[in-house]
Amino acid sequence: MTGGPPPAQGLYDPRNEKDACGLGFIANIKGVRSNEIIRDGLQILANLDHRGAVGADPLIGDGAGCLIQIPDELFRHWAEGNGVSLPPPGDYAVAMCFLPRDAESREAAIARLERYVEVEGQILLGWRDVPVDPTGMSPTIAAAMPVIRQAIVARGERVRDQDAFERKLLTIRKQTQNPLNELAEKSHLPGLAEFYIPSFSSRTLIYKGLLLATQVGGFYRDLANPLTKSALALVHQRFSTNTFPSWKLAHPFRFIAHNGEINTVRGNVNWMNARRRTLESPLLGADLDKMWPLIPHGQSDTASLDNALELLVAGGYSLPHAVMLLIPEAWAGNTEMDPERRAFYEYHAALMEPWDGPAAIAFTDGRQIGATLDRNGLRPARFTVTDDDRVILASESGVLPIPEERILRKWRLQPGRMLLIDLEEGRIVEDEEIKARLAGAQPYGDWLNETQFKLEELPPAITGRRPDRAEGELGHIQKAFGYSEEDLKLFLAPMARMGDDPVGSMGTDTPIAVLSQRPKLLYDYFKQNFAQVTNPPIDPIREAMVMSLVSMIGPRPNLLGHHAGTHKRLEVSQPILTDEDLEKIRSIQDVLDGAFRTRTLDATWPVGGHGQALEAALQRLCWEATEAVLADSNVLILSDRAAGPDRVPIPAALATGAVHHHLIRQGLRMQTGLVVETGEAREVHHFCVLAGFGAEAINPYLAFETLDALARKGEVPASPEEVRRNYIKAAGKGLMKVMSKMGISTYQSYCGAQIFDALGLSSCLVKKYFTGTATPIEGVGLEEIAEEAARRHREAYARSGPETLPLGGAYAWRIGGEEHAWTPDTVADLQHAVRGEIPEKYKNFADAINERSRRLLTIRGLVELRPLGPPVPLDQVEPATEIVKRFATGAMSFGSISREAHTTLAVAMNRIGGRSNTGEGGEERDRFKPLANGDSMRSKIKQVASGRFGVTAEYLVNADDLQIKIAQGAKPGEGGQLPGHKVDRHIAAVRHSTPGVGLISPPPHHDIYSIEDLAQLIHDLKNINEAARISVKLVSEVGVGTVAAGVAKAMADHVTISGFEGGTGASPLTSLTHAGLPWEIGLAETQQTLVLNGLRSRICVQADGGLRTGRDVAVAAALGADEFGFATAPLIAAGCIMMRKCHLNTCPVGVATQDPLLRKRFTGQPEHVINYFFFVAEELRAIMASLGVKRLEQMIGRPELLDVKPAVEHWKAKGVDLGRLLHVGKTDAKVARWNSERQSHGLHKVFDRDLIEAAGPALAGGAPVLIERDVRNVHRTVGTMLSGEVARRHGHEGLKPDSITIRLRGTAGQSFGAFLAHGVTLELTGDANDYVGKGLSGGRIAVRQPPEARRDAGANIIVGNTVLYGAIAGEAYFGGVAGERFAVRNSGAVAVAEGAGDHACEYMTGGVVLLLGPVGRNFAAGMSGGIAYVWDSGEKLAAQCARAGVEIERIPPPGSSCGDGAPRPQAASVHDNGMGHPLRYDAERLRLLIERHLDATGSARAAELLRDWPNTCAHFVKIVPPEYRRALLAMDELAMEEEADPITVAAE
Amino acid sequence: MGKPTGFLEIERRDRDAAPVRERVKSWGEFLRDPGDEQVGGQAARCMDCGIPFCHSGCPVNNLIPDWNDLVYRQDWEAALERLHQTNNFPEFTGRICPAPCEAACTLNLADVPVTIKSIEREIADKGWREGWVRPQSARRGTGRRIAIVGSGPAGLACAQQLARAGHAPTVFEKSDRIGGLLRYGIPDFKLEKDSIDRRVHQMEIEGVIFRTGIHVGVDVTVERLMDDYDILVLAGGAELPRDLPVPGRDLDGVHFAMDFLVQQNRRNAGDAEEKAAPEGIISAAGKHVIVIGGGDTGSDCIGTSHRQDALSVTQLEIMPQPPLRENKALTWPNWPLKLRTSSSQEEGAEREFSVVTTELVGAGGAVTAIRCARAEMAAAADGRLVVQPVPGTDFEIKADLVLLAMGFTGPRREGAVDDSGVALTPQGNVGAAFGDYQTSNPRIFACGDMRRGQSLVVWAIREGRDCAARVDAYLAVEGKLRA
Repeated sequence: MTGGPPPAQGLYDPRNEKDACGLGFIANIKGVRSNEIIRDGLQILANLDHRGAVGADPLIGDGAGCLIQIPDELFRHWAEGNGVSLPPPGDYAVAMCFLPRDAESREAAIARLERYVEVEGQILLGWRDVPVDPTGMSPTIAAAMPVIRQAIVARGERVRDQDAFERKLLTIRKQTQNPLNELAEKSHLPGLAEFYIPSFSSRTLIYKGLLLATQVGGFYRDLANPLTKSALALVHQRFSTNTFPSWKLAHPFRFIAHNGEINTVRGNVNWMNARRRTLESPLLGADLDKMWPLIPHGQSDTASLDNALELLVAGGYSLPHAVMLLIPEAWAGNTEMDPERRAFYEYHAALMEPWDGPAAIAFTDGRQIGATLDRNGLRPARFTVTDDDRVILASESGVLPIPEERILRKWRLQPGRMLLIDLEEGRIVEDEEIKARLAGAQPYGDWLNETQFKLEELPPAITGRRPDRAEGELGHIQKAFGYSEEDLKLFLAPMARMGDDPVGSMGTDTPIAVLSQRPKLLYDYFKQNFAQVTNPPIDPIREAMVMSLVSMIGPRPNLLGHHAGTHKRLEVSQPILTDEDLEKIRSIQDVLDGAFRTRTLDATWPVGGHGQALEAALQRLCWEATEAVLADSNVLILSDRAAGPDRVPIPAALATGAVHHHLIRQGLRMQTGLVVETGEAREVHHFCVLAGFGAEAINPYLAFETLDALARKGEVPASPEEVRRNYIKAAGKGLMKVMSKMGISTYQSYCGAQIFDALGLSSCLVKKYFTGTATPIEGVGLEEIAEEAARRHREAYARSGPETLPLGGAYAWRIGGEEHAWTPDTVADLQHAVRGEIPEKYKNFADAINERSRRLLTIRGLVELRPLGPPVPLDQVEPATEIVKRFATGAMSFGSISREAHTTLAVAMNRIGGRSNTGEGGEERDRFKPLANGDSMRSKIKQVASGRFGVTAEYLVNADDLQIKIAQGAKPGEGGQLPGHKVDRHIAAVRHSTPGVGLISPPPHHDIYSIEDLAQLIHDLKNINEAARISVKLVSEVGVGTVAAGVAKAMADHVTISGFEGGTGASPLTSLTHAGLPWEIGLAETQQTLVLNGLRSRICVQADGGLRTGRDVAVAAALGADEFGFATAPLIAAGCIMMRKCHLNTCPVGVATQDPLLRKRFTGQPEHVINYFFFVAEELRAIMASLGVKRLEQMIGRPELLDVKPAVEHWKAKGVDLGRLLHVGKTDAKVARWNSERQSHGLHKVFDRDLIEAAGPALAGGAPVLIERDVRNVHRTVGTMLSGEVARRHGHEGLKPDSITIRLRGTAGQSFGAFLAHGVTLELTGDANDYVGKGLSGGRIAVRQPPEARRDAGANIIVGNTVLYGAIAGEAYFGGVAGERFAVRNSGAVAVAEGAGDHACEYMTGGVVLLLGPVGRNFAAGMSGGIAYVWDSGEKLAAQCARAGVEIERIPPPGSSCGDGAPRPQAASVHDNGMGHPLRYDAERLRLLIERHLDATGSARAAELLRDWPNTCAHFVKIVPPEYRRALLAMDELAMEEEADPITVAAE
Repeated sequence: MGKPTGFLEIERRDRDAAPVRERVKSWGEFLRDPGDEQVGGQAARCMDCGIPFCHSGCPVNNLIPDWNDLVYRQDWEAALERLHQTNNFPEFTGRICPAPCEAACTLNLADVPVTIKSIEREIADKGWREGWVRPQSARRGTGRRIAIVGSGPAGLACAQQLARAGHAPTVFEKSDRIGGLLRYGIPDFKLEKDSIDRRVHQMEIEGVIFRTGIHVGVDVTVERLMDDYDILVLAGGAELPRDLPVPGRDLDGVHFAMDFLVQQNRRNAGDAEEKAAPEGIISAAGKHVIVIGGGDTGSDCIGTSHRQDALSVTQLEIMPQPPLRENKALTWPNWPLKLRTSSSQEEGAEREFSVVTTELVGAGGAVTAIRCARAEMAAAADGRLVVQPVPGTDFEIKADLVLLAMGFTGPRREGAVDDSGVALTPQGNVGAAFGDYQTSNPRIFACGDMRRGQSLVVWAIREGRDCAARVDAYLAVEGKLRA
């Protein structure tokens, strides 16, 4: 176990491991050391226990640890006992060592460390055995525990001071550790690789290990030793997705503990290592050379970040400075930021790209301790300051019980902000001060003015315009670059017309590039990665403030140098260059007096050559690049302009990757910029691939030429300039969308980050040109890539080719175009088969889909089924009626498809015992009850997606499965949008929104930014509906198996692995085709990883996305699926004909439309769907019989049933190797390969059991009850199970108001009052954590400060982040400030707080929010409904508000409204919040809300406002989306008409 | 593309036809040109389907959504280019194709289809009017010579494609004019023949040599051609008419449909009567005409008879009357069996279904009546279902002229087929696989009706094109081997 995860095998690769966690620290501000601090730290750790996870063995955690200051007394005691003379504190260091268990390796390790201590001139004072107590530890862990000893090293004579000593220690550690893996192999001492030094410092010491949070203190006896004293304790509890956590991977690291994930780590590590030749440090001098690689590959992201940080600190940066450099706040678009600070960030942007991703980082060097949040604030961090000089910071509030009267301040870390405690100065340094100090330390602004050049501002180049191509030439060159009609029709023209990445619908049913018979562009082999579970995607539109496309072209300054201020830099505001821009760069030498020299390298090769010629051309290109850089050219342009009849263009991605990695390997990459001038790139995905492999800017010249031609022909109605501008805008938007899918917010960090999986490229090719990219199934090499390019070229310059471009046929089927699974024949055969019950027609259909010789459609087409034994008679195979119970229909929302289509699927699935899925968007309540004929339209699977539309307590209790949709195959990592015109009154009703108002599903679930958050949501859902299976829907990508393992550990009962082929109602074409992998790969990886972890039996695995036939099911089962999801095929059975017009609402067969006329055309019947599933089941049975399998379980997870088809004759596919996919792991035969047991959710001990019992009489409809209890942060999801009970018995209407009142004291855990039902009131005195009132379903929540607290409520945080997410109805009053994203996606709740963080009221569609204090940035972004009031005496709101979609208005004085619609003191019912007409009675409504708030929380602020009422009223503003106003007015008008004409009403 | 909601807003409107009374007075075409705007609107009904069923419903795989969109946007020239990409002769198919594309049109499922055929015709006609249809000569010749037997749609399409690929095709036609069945089989009111002439002209400039009046296998031996040409393509059609072996077959006034139709077409072409009808005039004027056979040829006989002033026309069909409406759920997008009324039938004809002719009754050597019975399907001795008369249902119809339009059984043997010695299928067609077109003699290819048996013009064009591609590929490989 100490060795960490098992080596890569099959599709499992340890580098995909992800983790997330809980972190915290406590420090004494004055630097007073004590053992209590450590004890408190350990208690914090124990109280964060639920943020960690356990694996298959509940005694094995994922690791935990504690960082403290060097406890001098402890070591002095040791020194005395051992006759060692210990120098004064600061002059000696302690190396905490995890030594190999194997004695021989241990000796070698010790010798190694001792040698480098000596070589570097330091003095080893001795070794101390660290006293440990393994009692209570899992035997597996105890057996693999390393030998833990500490080396005590004294400062050598020649070392100037403590800082220099620290640098020496780093040098020693790097030299000792860096080559360990190689040494272990070379010296045949595998144990040597286990040697690990958690800390080696004269200031800090780390005690960590593969321990449960509660075990750290007991295990390391030092920590309980009264001699061990520290002024700080930094603790961390890890939640890893896998169950092979290791001692090494536990946090804290040397400087940091981290809760989050660095998405760009691949690129960051590459860039760091690319500095080999440019990095110099006056402080480190020659020692720097001993430290390479600065960041070894194969470490966790946190370890890499820690390495970067320690380098920067060693190089002379102060700790906060280094942290700001690595994780800058969002500055590019922030006009509010102080100019000096902006200059500071902009200056540093050229030094290093951000380490991008969600992160809460606590850092310390023993003298200062602090914490910072990423720019988007995607991790929680709350802190408390006490009157006895303690600061406590943790992922949650309430982790250390402190009497309220002792607390001076409760606050939270805000996005991009830093908290720093300087123990030497003995004070807290606020964010403003730190940053102002650092920003003012150097004249950054002046430096920028002198050295930073913006391309836009440079004069145009003097070169003449390139002559237009001769008539007809354009066509040839377009064909040589693989242009098709579809490129023009579906990409270029729409991009130029609308300035948007084009949208399509349904899924991809074409073969992946490597299986296609036709030449594909190299881009098609790269599939975009995306964030799922372990970190959130970003909304690049609504949260544009954190996004930036700024790119720096050219050499980077020395990261550790002092002269960076004079280094010239070239900046572009976005990376797509027009021809004019490129010419500016080409001739930049003339303009900027020699600061830049540009060299253009030819990226083409002579016609007629094959793979070898291409290889030679790449070799030449790389050599030329080296030469150019060594000759001081510092901008390289890779250009395929020379392409023509005699020269073939090198695929631009290949040229880029080759040069980029070549220069990295040579350590020259930082000395030059890389610009790509190519005719090949034209759509967003192309730009992404080029950027991902190192292009700092791209000039797609042929795309511009093509656009010019289109403009000339009048096919795009705009001027050529406008067309270019639109196109660049569209490309930029698309790029941001792709970046944000992975949670990356800046182009600088996306550049070179290689956020792709290579699907169908040989690993040999990838290793050389796209180093570090995953390639799960092998595939083509240079030979085939050259052939593809040559074929395009031949076609282009052929003797008798037609003049027109090829059709393409990739998006819409065409004869002679790309192959599709769904063709006129397959659709017609399937429909005729199910309507006429004609087995022969189904057979025709299945044969065409399963066909493998003539056309290869899928990866599964490459395998053959291999019998397990002799065939069995068909009648012995389990009956179809059993098999169909494993089938489910895919998630399609009511809204994307019509009610007719939706209910047809539901009825069909209910009749056969399968499952249908609501999709995102709720379900009409009439469907919860069975029909008179015994049928049921109730979908067994209820989806919970990021928009939470219609997710009420009642909806949740009416489910057999609750599916958390993390991602969907067609557009993983993206949100969705239902435009207002599609929201008719039925859809609005079921989604609890307003007809005519558009609805946005955010890209992330705002309550899932990490795996422990997912565990929390699973816990919430399990609480409300204990009987339901909780499912998590993931999309296949490399690493999904690891995520699935995490999901299993997060206690999900079910996981869906969806293929990229899955359909959709609308998605950018970029995502539809280029994001995610086929399910075969993700499923196989999931199965392998789960089995390896011993987790497989606990969780049910479903495969989904492009399943069509019984054979597909057989392959999916063999690869590990228990259940099977089908979407497109049953939809086709019900009448869909693949129009691919879902996004236009014009579906001519009434499936994907809400148009009443078109809906009448729907002819599907449940029988059709049932027939389809039985055909599939019968086909499967026949296959099972032939394989000798009687029951499906026997073939689940049995890849040995699959054989790679012996003779693949495909010209490209012959290189595909499915060995890793079909890998049969060496596992215990006892380990189940299918879902054979249930998760243990530990729900017996939840807080609500007691509440339910106490509320018994009220639940039964009797007298109201009052319950009083104490509550702690470990009590999570309070009130939810009770609400489930209410909803089950009384539906959405719930109980009468205040039937159940629960009074609590203390700090409530996460998800306080989630889905709280109508009639339940939670009154909390104290504070609460994240997700309060999530999905509030009519209940009432009040949180107030304790009377004994002396703090100003307006300056104290009382509830955490993402409060009232997806709230449907009910009320909430918070007597203090709320965290970020207050009332995000609120649909109808009424809420009052005394201030809120960033992004408040984001995506809100209804309800009323009142904020009595200031709000953070990006207020009301994407808000399309509801109203908000903010106290804004300083008139700051206008700047804080995302003004694009909302209007800010003053409140008219009281009494200025008339007519009906006045608010009432009490909500009338769960359907009417009593707030009256949102467009009238503002002053009255405000007053009422403030009065209610006063009543609920005793707020001093409320009292104050009321005292001076009519005057204070004027300081409020109202925020209302114009779209909402319009919709309300339209409804008013309709109501008046109906009044005038009652007959219409009756007719409706 | 196109107009997303076009199909919801615009009603189908096809070409107007001249009123029956007017049109039967003339031999000319009678469908009226609707104008660009109306056609553009009709094209806007196209939904640009994700799977365009029309595209595969069409035997030449016309890029229907693509040119519909161009027509909607009034870019006719580009539409013509798109149309010509798959179809050499859209002006023929735009007139006489039964339009399986329209049956396959997605709108036909729950609505009425786009007027695809009409749009196609308009694109082609406009192209000719505007002078956009120009010869497309190959840039370089290959020097390879190909002899093509037959100048029907298959032979023409094959020749044009080969010429454009740089080869040198020669088309041999036994008749005096180019066009085959297009020329003499189809009446002028459905296809005016100058449209063939202008194509021939275009092809001549592209390098096709036409040799009329040469019956290969009779006037020149296949062996001789094989010496002079690299490749021989058999595209001679399926001209053997199905006969009616009943008593009285040899009476005067009983003729094969084609004998009747060819005469009239020659007359319309301006041939003198002795040339048009060297073996005697067959006229419907003032006669009670019986047309046996319910297909397209039968309809052509009806239309021609009307224009010759027949007293009455009765059409007999052996199969039962098909349903008025198909069950689209089970047939769409395939060609459905349903009752159709051709424009000629519309002009007036008694239609009898389930009728089997048992005897032709005559007086004085000339036919006077036809004796029929109701037909039913019954098992024959070998178990196959065959049509048999129902005893006791006999009846008689007065008849002065009986035209046999019961289809064709295959290619004529005498001539090229026999002389070339290529293997035949059991049905008597030239044996060559679809998509391959190579016969048992590797240098002889076959396409069109001669290979597939009696079929549509559009299939002939498709086969001609495909066959040309196969020949081209064969020559390329062979060329490499020789080099």
